[in-house]
Amino acid sequence: MASGPCIAVTMDVPPFRLSGMVYGALLNHRTALAALGAAVNQPPYQAPPRAPVLYIKPRNTLASDGAAICVPRGVSELEVGASLGLVIGRPACRLSLENALAHLAGYLIVNDVSVPHLPYYRPSIAAKARDGFCPLSGRVVPRSAIADPDDLTVRVSVDGELEQTSTTSELVRPVAKLLVDVTDFMTLMPGDILAVGVAAPAPRVRAGQRIRIEIEGIGQLENPVVGACA
Amino acid sequence: MKLARVAYAGAIHAAQPCELADGRAGVALTDGRRLAEEAVVWLPPFEAGTVIALGLNYAKRASELAFSTPEEPLVFLKGPGTLLGHRGVTRRPSGVKFMHYECELAVVIGRCARGVRRVEAMAHVAGYCIANDYAIRDYLENWYRPNLRVKNRDGATVLGPYLVDATDIPDPADLGLRTYVNGKLTQQGNTGDMITGIPALIEYLSSFMTLAPGDVILTGTPEGAINVEAGDEVVCEIEGLGRLQNTIVGDELFGR
Repeated sequence: MASGPCIAVTMDVPPFRLSGMVYGALLNHRTALAALGAAVNQPPYQAPPRAPVLYIKPRNTLASDGAAICVPRGVSELEVGASLGLVIGRPACRLSLENALAHLAGYLIVNDVSVPHLPYYRPSIAAKARDGFCPLSGRVVPRSAIADPDDLTVRVSVDGELEQTSTTSELVRPVAKLLVDVTDFMTLMPGDILAVGVAAPAPRVRAGQRIRIEIEGIGQLENPVVGACA
Repeated sequence: MKLARVAYAGAIHAAQPCELADGRAGVALTDGRRLAEEAVVWLPPFEAGTVIALGLNYAKRASELAFSTPEEPLVFLKGPGTLLGHRGVTRRPSGVKFMHYECELAVVIGRCARGVRRVEAMAHVAGYCIANDYAIRDYLENWYRPNLRVKNRDGATVLGPYLVDATDIPDPADLGLRTYVNGKLTQQGNTGDMITGIPALIEYLSSFMTLAPGDVILTGTPEGAINVEAGDEVVCEIEGLGRLQNTIVGDELFGR
């Protein structure tokens, strides 16, 4: 993975090599869209999303399993964004529902950490693109090991207490459909990651707590939360 | 120094501008070959890391779009698939009504930057190039606007032709920008009219994210972005950085 001298994280997970590009789909979990209620039809949004709403977790956000997540000064809580991550295995451009999954190398767990923010009108880079705000689980589970990526249970625990249980069966765009709609206008390359969507309400954590995300068949991702960061 | 990356005769080369024997502008590969501009395939002039772009960073552009000046810089990110070199082609999907270019100064980071104050910010800049950051307004939605379908399309962010060393551009806050469509001047501005200038942008961004060498900031476009059609030739020009050429093509080239 390309990284500058000031971005020391290496995320290679043999035999897979990550590109360092992580994309995420906002509001692609039905619970997340439902949580906004009638607001989706009001200003500033005016209408529910038509196309996938995507964001990027840039390379400075990437972090390993076990790495500390820093709560910035002036912020009391962070949101845990537990998501299934698709790892692209072949150049993926203009996919069809029939061939989309064949372009995956496999899966991992993404924690799309955010400073809680509303509205979703502008890309909230300062809330989502902070250093270390995208821990990834340390191994890619091969595609062949997962019978149905649209039927996986996702659990988030904080300090050992179960805080959230969701399932990938509730995606607005299931995995194949999401890949079709995204690759209609942007090509995904081998090693790119696409986080399929975070359920609402996202658990919140404070400095001193420990996050554990488990996805059925994929594994777990654990990160402590620390404070007093810039 | 001005450096390009070009593909020629089976390999990728570094290249510099030169004058050819017949007086035309050409490129000199590091191995001594001197070639016409159109004899090589131009790639983005450096391997880009994180691509950061600014919206509404020129006051008249903001008012043109009926927005007030944002309180905080409007920042969005792009992926590598959208990048394209000089003399490339960009697809205009059939049926869209408003696709426009955006001529922008691209600032390339050369040294790690974290918590950098604006007085020290320019020491973190490696150099500059021209960016043409296309948008298709038909796809705008009010969710993380401007969304990736508008701004992160394959081959719709042109960079180049050269990466020009920062030392060759003594005042990046006073560069004329011009865009020509089929030879006609359609956009004109000056980097001095940015709402948030380069040092303040580096201070703002590095306050929450580490900028690394190769990261690039597209600093926004002035007013005058008009619709372009398949077949149009778009040239973005920035004083001291050269001319960045691009051609709009239709769906049929892609079998759509």
